[in-house]
Amino acid sequence: MGSGGAGAITTGSLLLEAAGQVGWYGLLTRSVGPQIRGGEALAMVRLAPTPVTGHGDRYDVLVALDWHNASRFIAEVPLDEKSLILADTEGGDPPPAILATGAHLVTLPFTDLADELPGARPNLLALGMLSELLGIPMDSTTQAVIRTLSDKGLSAAHATDALAAGGQLTTTFPHTQRLAPPKPRDTGRYWLITGNQAAALGALRGGVRFAAVYPITPATDLSEWMAPRLQKLGGQLIQAEDEIASMNMVLGASFGGIPSMTITSGPGLALMTETLGLAVAAEIPAVVVNVMRGGPSTGIPTKSEQSDLNIALYGLHGDAPHLVLASQSVADCLITTQWAVHLSETLQCPAIVLSDQFMGQALTICERPAPLPDAPPRRIAAAGGDRYDRYALTEDGISPMAIPGTLGRQHTADGLEHNAHGTPSSGAADHLAQLNKRCTKLEQYDYGDAWAEIDGEGETVVLTWGSTAAAVLEAATQARASGLAVKVIALRLLSPTQPDKMALAMRGARRALVVEQSHSAQFHHFLRAYYPLPDQVEVISRPGPLPIRPGEVLNLLLHGNQS
Amino acid sequence: MNKAEPLIARYSHKDYKSAVKPIWCPGCGHFGVESSLFRALAYLELPPEQVAIISGIGCSSRIPAYTQCYGFHGVHGRAPAVATGLKLARPELTVIVTSGDGDAFSIGGNHFIHACRRNVDMTLLVMDNEVYGMTKGQPSPTTPADWDSKIAPGGTGVNPFAPLAVALASGANFIARGFSGDPNGVARLLVEAIQHPGFSFVQVLSPCVTYRPEEKFWKKMVHSSSVEPTHDPAVAGHRLLSDDGFTTGVFYIGNRPTYTATVGTSDNDLSAIEEELAI
Repeated sequence: MGSGGAGAITTGSLLLEAAGQVGWYGLLTRSVGPQIRGGEALAMVRLAPTPVTGHGDRYDVLVALDWHNASRFIAEVPLDEKSLILADTEGGDPPPAILATGAHLVTLPFTDLADELPGARPNLLALGMLSELLGIPMDSTTQAVIRTLSDKGLSAAHATDALAAGGQLTTTFPHTQRLAPPKPRDTGRYWLITGNQAAALGALRGGVRFAAVYPITPATDLSEWMAPRLQKLGGQLIQAEDEIASMNMVLGASFGGIPSMTITSGPGLALMTETLGLAVAAEIPAVVVNVMRGGPSTGIPTKSEQSDLNIALYGLHGDAPHLVLASQSVADCLITTQWAVHLSETLQCPAIVLSDQFMGQALTICERPAPLPDAPPRRIAAAGGDRYDRYALTEDGISPMAIPGTLGRQHTADGLEHNAHGTPSSGAADHLAQLNKRCTKLEQYDYGDAWAEIDGEGETVVLTWGSTAAAVLEAATQARASGLAVKVIALRLLSPTQPDKMALAMRGARRALVVEQSHSAQFHHFLRAYYPLPDQVEVISRPGPLPIRPGEVLNLLLHGNQS
Repeated sequence: MNKAEPLIARYSHKDYKSAVKPIWCPGCGHFGVESSLFRALAYLELPPEQVAIISGIGCSSRIPAYTQCYGFHGVHGRAPAVATGLKLARPELTVIVTSGDGDAFSIGGNHFIHACRRNVDMTLLVMDNEVYGMTKGQPSPTTPADWDSKIAPGGTGVNPFAPLAVALASGANFIARGFSGDPNGVARLLVEAIQHPGFSFVQVLSPCVTYRPEEKFWKKMVHSSSVEPTHDPAVAGHRLLSDDGFTTGVFYIGNRPTYTATVGTSDNDLSAIEEELAI
């Protein structure tokens, strides 16, 4: 951790990249204050010889480049008496809460040493020290540093010297034995990727070639990563004047036959909801990736929460059935977003994909997600001279969509209620027929097994969604090791609901745990509304920004609500 | 285009008209504007399926359903954004936004400004009757400050704004005003507006005979511009700010480059992008 600009996030990213080069898996999550400069920044890195998708329960090492704003996010860094704190001697006094953890504190002269070495900065010394401490070959770390920082004027020789000096510091304090190096991995099969990048890639794989966006934390880096890559593929990403315009531009482009999306976070989604209702009524495919942050209102823009579930599910006016999906991990941001594009295009219906700041901005090493099978393209009406009913009442509710330019298929896409032809109608029969059509097309579709990730078997079932799935899966593994049979159901498809599939998945369940990161238990209430739960239900529903950790889920699994 | 030249339709204006009967009141100015639009499309020989008419909410925004072109009747005020997305996705189409003074200047004011600024090749046709007609007579951004209404007894006390001057300041590339009582004149303006590259803005004074019956006298107040259109925004600005609001004609013809961030031929090979992520 350190003040904004001290390089804490860069240090964490470089450490993860270097570790990844030699076979470690890992996850870096970031926590920053609202300030652009001079705030606080925390990089949380978790390394393991097997894939990492979530936070752990504690940290072994805390490196403090300074303590200036540490009290603001110290609650996000659980330490204990086995933890080691390595702090810069020039960084000020540690907050009492840090000392109260019982962690072993060592002060080291990062700044003093950096002042003596050309090109060096305290964070580079810290990186060298961490690299040595974790047994990461210094060559690997040096390469990562040079790849990232050489364009900022750092020479290879200076980087090598600074990292070596940092590594030497490990001889000055006692520490536990070094970690054994992990097994080397096949090269080429793995990615270093953030959830926001993965979502962008999923959209590109799904065929999205137009995006209109408005900047908003923590979704902006998704748009920024996507913009040049979309152009390389012949597409465009443009910045609109606001979120309302973004959503409407997306509908315009999609009406023109191009799979299209927008990217936002809570406040932006709120502005888009009227137009999402239009997409439902006019049956225009469109994808919204919503990277959730703390709410309501401006809330906590830089930190994670699962509190946009209600607006995603229920935020549209009128009876407006639509698709709501949720990514479950960094890598799953790709899978879920690509699936959302497929579903939206197939069902001619808007899809909201819920990601969050934790996943979106987490950097991880993961296996390349396998490509999803190719989806059939949008059902299009070919040119012709016979009568064309844009909103024809078909058996599966999906009616072929004519793309402007197609001869003889002119129609008006209309937010007014309409008849099958598309002519505005306020008649009861037309309203009912079109409501039924728009509902049927979502309900009759076979979503297959992807509606949820189901892990294990047992009478105890944990129901969760989104990024909290990582903590739940880890807790379930530990619970099984303690002899408790646990099944985890992590929902990917939140709307339309899947009552038959859920009934099958819940067969035999006698006890349910619901785990979510929202203060008002939005997911729990959603489950109560649509799915039967067993008599015994326990709930973890806590707001952000503190993550749900595996330990507390495990504790509930093993010991129940004992308070 | 020579003003003396009659509009000889190669397509008939009937080729653009659908069977749906307009909801407009008898005597509404919008009938004339609709007719002018169809005449302009016929004159330009645009196949109906190559034209997209995009609208928001209000009396004027009902036009898409009355045409044989492709149409999009969306939410209130956002039609310029829909049109922007469509034109970038399908640059070969002729894209026209039909709107009213409430739709374009009030709820859609931000999109109006930024559509002018962005300069995508499209035409914005605003049927300005200085009132909200569909909601039965409330003041709009172009309604005089002292106009008495149920919602604002004694008037709003807020001065109307000058949409053509706003369009000029925002960067519109073609700015004109017409009067619905002169359908030939409006058709000529629309032909020019559609043909001119970039964002074209045409305000058509279109009386609301139901809620603003005094607007029937507009036909005595309008007068055509006695000067040629200018390419100089400073000259156009002076004219627009000193105008009485009833001068018809083309005020400004700009030559700003058209916004060209259009979607091209799609490349589906993502391997180079995926390789960036390899570790």
